[in-house]
Amino acid sequence: MDIKETLSTSLKSLSLNKVRSFLTMLGVVIGVFAVISLVSLVEGVQNYVEEQFEDLGSNLIFVASGNVGYQGGRPGQNLSSSNLKEKHIDLIESEAEDYIEYVTPTIQTLKTVKYKTNNYYSAVIGVSYNADKIFAIYPKEGRFFNRLEQNNSSKVVIIGNVLYSKLFGNENPIKKSVKIDGHSYEVIGFLEKKNPDYDESLIIPYTTLRDDFEGTTIISIVSKARAKVSLDEASERVRLALYKDLNDDEFTVLTQDDILDSIDSILGILTIALAAIAGISLLVGGIGIMNIMLVSVTERTKEIGLRKALGATSRDIKRQFMIEAVLISASGGLVGLFLGWLTTVLIRDLINASVPFWAIPLSLGFSIVVGVVFGTYPAAKASEKDPIEALRYE
Amino acid sequence: MIPVLEAKNLCKNYDIGGVSIKAVCNVNLIINKGDFVAITGKSGSGKSTLMHMLGLLDTPSNGELILNGKNTKGMNEKELAQVRNKEIGFVFQSFNLLQRTTVLENVMLPLIYSTIPNEEHEKIALNVIKQVGLDHRLKNKSNELSGGERQRVAIARALVNSPSLILADEPTGNLDSKTGDEIEKMLVELNKKGITIILVTHDNDLAQITKKQIVLRDGEIVDGY
Ligand SMILES: Nc1ncnc2c1ncn2[C@@H]1O[C@H](COP(=O)(O)OP(=O)(O)OP(=O)(O)O)[C@@H](O)[C@H]1O
Ligand SMILES: [Mg+2]
Repeated sequence: MDIKETLSTSLKSLSLNKVRSFLTMLGVVIGVFAVISLVSLVEGVQNYVEEQFEDLGSNLIFVASGNVGYQGGRPGQNLSSSNLKEKHIDLIESEAEDYIEYVTPTIQTLKTVKYKTNNYYSAVIGVSYNADKIFAIYPKEGRFFNRLEQNNSSKVVIIGNVLYSKLFGNENPIKKSVKIDGHSYEVIGFLEKKNPDYDESLIIPYTTLRDDFEGTTIISIVSKARAKVSLDEASERVRLALYKDLNDDEFTVLTQDDILDSIDSILGILTIALAAIAGISLLVGGIGIMNIMLVSVTERTKEIGLRKALGATSRDIKRQFMIEAVLISASGGLVGLFLGWLTTVLIRDLINASVPFWAIPLSLGFSIVVGVVFGTYPAAKASEKDPIEALRYE
Repeated sequence: MIPVLEAKNLCKNYDIGGVSIKAVCNVNLIINKGDFVAITGKSGSGKSTLMHMLGLLDTPSNGELILNGKNTKGMNEKELAQVRNKEIGFVFQSFNLLQRTTVLENVMLPLIYSTIPNEEHEKIALNVIKQVGLDHRLKNKSNELSGGERQRVAIARALVNSPSLILADEPTGNLDSKTGDEIEKMLVELNKKGITIILVTHDNDLAQITKKQIVLRDGEIVDGY
């Protein structure tokens, strides 16, 4: 009996019991679907994170208060007790001058911003006059604030794109004033639509934020390394500068790469964990195949006996049942793969999920292996049937 | 001339709880080409057991079986399957067709286990289906046929590999007397064309249609040879 005949015999047997074959397949379908869609989702999250970081601009060095444990330390201190002070900005500027081009603190608070009768609860972000070059946030119209305005704690603001349309509608906001906690601030520019960090925020000199609102602290200090220097060396310089005033566990220096790496490693663990969980459902699917195949072997005892009487060898029978099992699991894998892919297409508006290429051979290979592993025992059972017993079987 | 089948001192014992039952004992037989032999005997006399051994479905506890001059003793499972496929056609009392499968596919079944090239299968099957007069029901499923038609499909299936020998165990046992007669006639016709047939039955009237009768009692031949 050649492979073509075995294949068509197996296919015929499966098609005689379409509903059962489909139900048997379901376990593998769900397993592969789960693997593919979960892994794609994580891929989507990863894409999202990377996009966000690209938007942030490159060559950035972040200093956070406390021991921000991206490698298992304790979480950063709460915002009201930051170890970072304005003098640390000066320290970085003076000590690491050859390596650092611009430095800005970030101070943040949430306030209701009013214009005429419109008001909107939004983030007010305090930065230095050169933050536009650090974060690549250039006004679409108007200008960023300058050094003088920073030194004078001037009441000027740059408004994010979404916040601007919420407050002003189609009106041009330049030179208009918005109110926060009773103080008036002049709008000197507004941003293009970029990312949620800035779109719904108001950007203001950090000195103004410090003077006008109680209890604000520096969350982080962000430095942009000079173009020609290595980021690692620059971040080392920043660290050395801060050692003049702070202990090792009072601050953390991170580069974008560090942060991306740690996020990647977390997502990597997540992928493995999700794939493992989904893999278990594949295993359960395999057990389902074995279960139903064992029932089917018993049911088809007479057929097996007949085939043997007519000249089938044990090997022919074994192959037939093996191929039935693999056909079920492989087609289950294909259907699951298709459904998983369909899901990523359908949620693409929400998150840029995509089926990673390696997941395709892996899940198909795994489902075939499931068919082989869980088909072996029923196939062996079938092939061992004695034709006489089998023909007697009622 | 070499006999189609020769059985020498064929025995089959079953051990049940330490007690040995002799289902078939010391059977000697020679079947020549063109023979039509009936094996009769009461229920439990060992007819089916003997037929299973003659058809290489069961291995004898003792004795030898020579098919077309070839001793089948010591053949492995695969060789036995191949010999069964090529040399022996079975007709069973309960038809044993594949359910919900067409007449054509049922008849082609032995061919897929043969070495005959795939593209010839259908032609060969059509030919034997015509011989049993079912060429108008090719695409009907086995469960859409009457008992008599089913047995004719089984006969076509037994003929499809042009075997040296047809073994029929109670082929009319599940049929009413009228359709039973039709199957009888068909077997007689096939024998007239030169096909060697061994018919197992406990029905003495049916045994009369054959040329030779063997009577079994308690596994031994008491009359005939
Ligand atoms: N697998 C088996 N295990 C034990 N004993 C068996 C087995 N198969 C047959 N026998 C015994 O062997 C004897 C012969 O049985 P066999 O089926 O050959 O009889 P038979 O002549 O075909 O009967 P019937 O006309 O009822 O079909 C019986 O006593 C039966 O009980
Ligand atoms: Mg019997």
